[in-house]
Amino acid sequence: MGQHAGRFGEYGGAYVPETLVPALAELEQGMDDAFADTAFNADLASWLRDYAGRPTPVTHARRLSQETGGAQILLKREDLLHTGAHKLNNVLGQVLLAVRLGKRRIIAETGAGQHGVATATACACFGLRCVVYMGSEDMRRQALNVYKMRLLGAEVVAVESGTATLKDATNEAIRDWVSHVRDTHYVIGSAVGPHPYPTLVRRLQRVIGDEARAQCLERLERLPHVVVACVGGGSNAIGMFAAFLDDAAVELVGVEAAGRGLDTGAHAAPLSRGRPGVLHGAHSYLMQDGAGQVLGTHSISAGLDYPGVGPEHSALRDSGRVRYVSATDEQALAAFHRLSQLEGIIPALESAHALHAAAELAASRDAEDVVLVCLSGRGDKDIDTVREHDPA
Amino acid sequence: MSIRVAPRTRFDDAFSARDAGAPPGLIPYITAGFPHRDATAVLLRAAQDGGALAVETGIPFSDPLADGPTIQRAGWRALQNGMTLQLALEQVAAARAAGLEIPVAAMTYVNPVLAYGRDRFMRDAHAAGLDGLIVPDLPFDEADSVRDAAHGAGLAFIPLIAPTTPDERMRRIAASASGFVYCVSVTGVTGARSALPDEALALLDRVRAATPLPRALGFGLSRHEHVQALRGHAEAAVVGSALIDAVERAPQDAAGVVERFCESLIQGP
Repeated sequence: MGQHAGRFGEYGGAYVPETLVPALAELEQGMDDAFADTAFNADLASWLRDYAGRPTPVTHARRLSQETGGAQILLKREDLLHTGAHKLNNVLGQVLLAVRLGKRRIIAETGAGQHGVATATACACFGLRCVVYMGSEDMRRQALNVYKMRLLGAEVVAVESGTATLKDATNEAIRDWVSHVRDTHYVIGSAVGPHPYPTLVRRLQRVIGDEARAQCLERLERLPHVVVACVGGGSNAIGMFAAFLDDAAVELVGVEAAGRGLDTGAHAAPLSRGRPGVLHGAHSYLMQDGAGQVLGTHSISAGLDYPGVGPEHSALRDSGRVRYVSATDEQALAAFHRLSQLEGIIPALESAHALHAAAELAASRDAEDVVLVCLSGRGDKDIDTVREHDPA
Repeated sequence: MSIRVAPRTRFDDAFSARDAGAPPGLIPYITAGFPHRDATAVLLRAAQDGGALAVETGIPFSDPLADGPTIQRAGWRALQNGMTLQLALEQVAAARAAGLEIPVAAMTYVNPVLAYGRDRFMRDAHAAGLDGLIVPDLPFDEADSVRDAAHGAGLAFIPLIAPTTPDERMRRIAASASGFVYCVSVTGVTGARSALPDEALALLDRVRAATPLPRALGFGLSRHEHVQALRGHAEAAVVGSALIDAVERAPQDAAGVVERFCESLIQGP
């Protein structure tokens, strides 16, 4: 691994224990070989088509656009993918890669449980042993997904250390990998972590943006004016944005979780309010105190409740190519209800952050303009959380 | 590659003063700020009184991904106790003022060092009486600027070598090292284990073929027999989790525990 491998400007890198360095080099080599192999790419494409349900449609949110009173809002429907979120794109690719590398044991971290469910699903398909690390606090919040993972044959390990959420589950997954690196592949769930993960995950999620771009061109005979996606670790966003980065006229907007408000400290918005630092193997924006200790986060959405962000987003923030905004818990909840009632689509709370920002952007634009939103997942998993907040 | 020449530190003196045939020297690991905020200086001194060759002080980080449950727990407690890099340096300086003479290495993760300011940390660490720095999440490929800053300030930069490290990479790591090389006994995280792993001795012999620098073996060592078994294979043995466990069992007598534990590891029970 060279000095500047896996850098996005000053961000990225591979800040990991020495034990893992050879495994990351092996993964990088395996990834390059696999993507250069037409048989591997054909195999992945067929799994995505015949098993996961790709391509996902783009839906015109007619009533939402009308009520917003501005640009037309289009939804890229990752909620319709098998297991209910974009996570499976990444997992199928990584599990195929793990099989190719001869790894028979798969580990993953999960926050909301979507990545854990996707990983357990793919492991069931390929007959691989699957261990998922999940913060005990998240297990309580997402009991349904815990049960699903167990139904699928995965072992779910409760993580009690630190804040008992996604960041601690990630620490524990990395520790497991350090201890079982020879026979285990770590399926990281977002565009975070040490090189080559951010590049690998972007490559596997890019199918979202490539499809959406082609679908817009076919349907509208033009590109969207604005593309919006939520950003926790940032995998659906980087998958969406990757296809549009070279289209200078397309405005790209990432939406972080402002939790109870950016000024309360109770949020998960490192690009808006963090400083660069090193967590989970990469240099990137990070929520940390003055002494470099990582701060606890808050978001109503477990999938965005993470103090770090993928390193490529840090570079895109600094370059200005992507604008990063935020939505509060309350705004996301309102957008959740609005989409449910106007379109008959119950979105994931993560995606609801993007929907809020998309509606604000659409409201200030002409009716001929197009705002494309990545609807990264469906909201079934969030029903209990939303019900707790429902005044009725 | 590093352009700075590695400085001479107390580690070089301590290792060169050892008899060639002697059993490995002991390097106990003590989490700064554990079990009490102000315990550090006293415990470093207790390690010296117990016969340690050198001592390693762990400065806690919120997300210690190379550490097992014992050191995680101690680090978490230390953070709750208000431990910071700055406070740890003040405590090392206090220990020096109170007669601590053995070499001291700080083990911490890279983010607190970056937050403190890399160059400022190195200067302050050297001024406080630290001799070396161990950063488990800063592998060779990412270490250039931190290692140069450490060497520039007169600190040894002690790299880790793992059983998974290939020979060629090991030679490059060792060529950049100063003080000693920290050999990781297992493919795993820190934590006391009952037996010395088979791969440990094989690793130490591979390291000897790659460098003349002293070798310390760490991760998992907990007993006098483990230390004895390293005679001829390693120049030092690092013991962390087993010592922290012992302190945790009797926090009111932490200094006595550290001193007696060091003695028993060196001399036997």
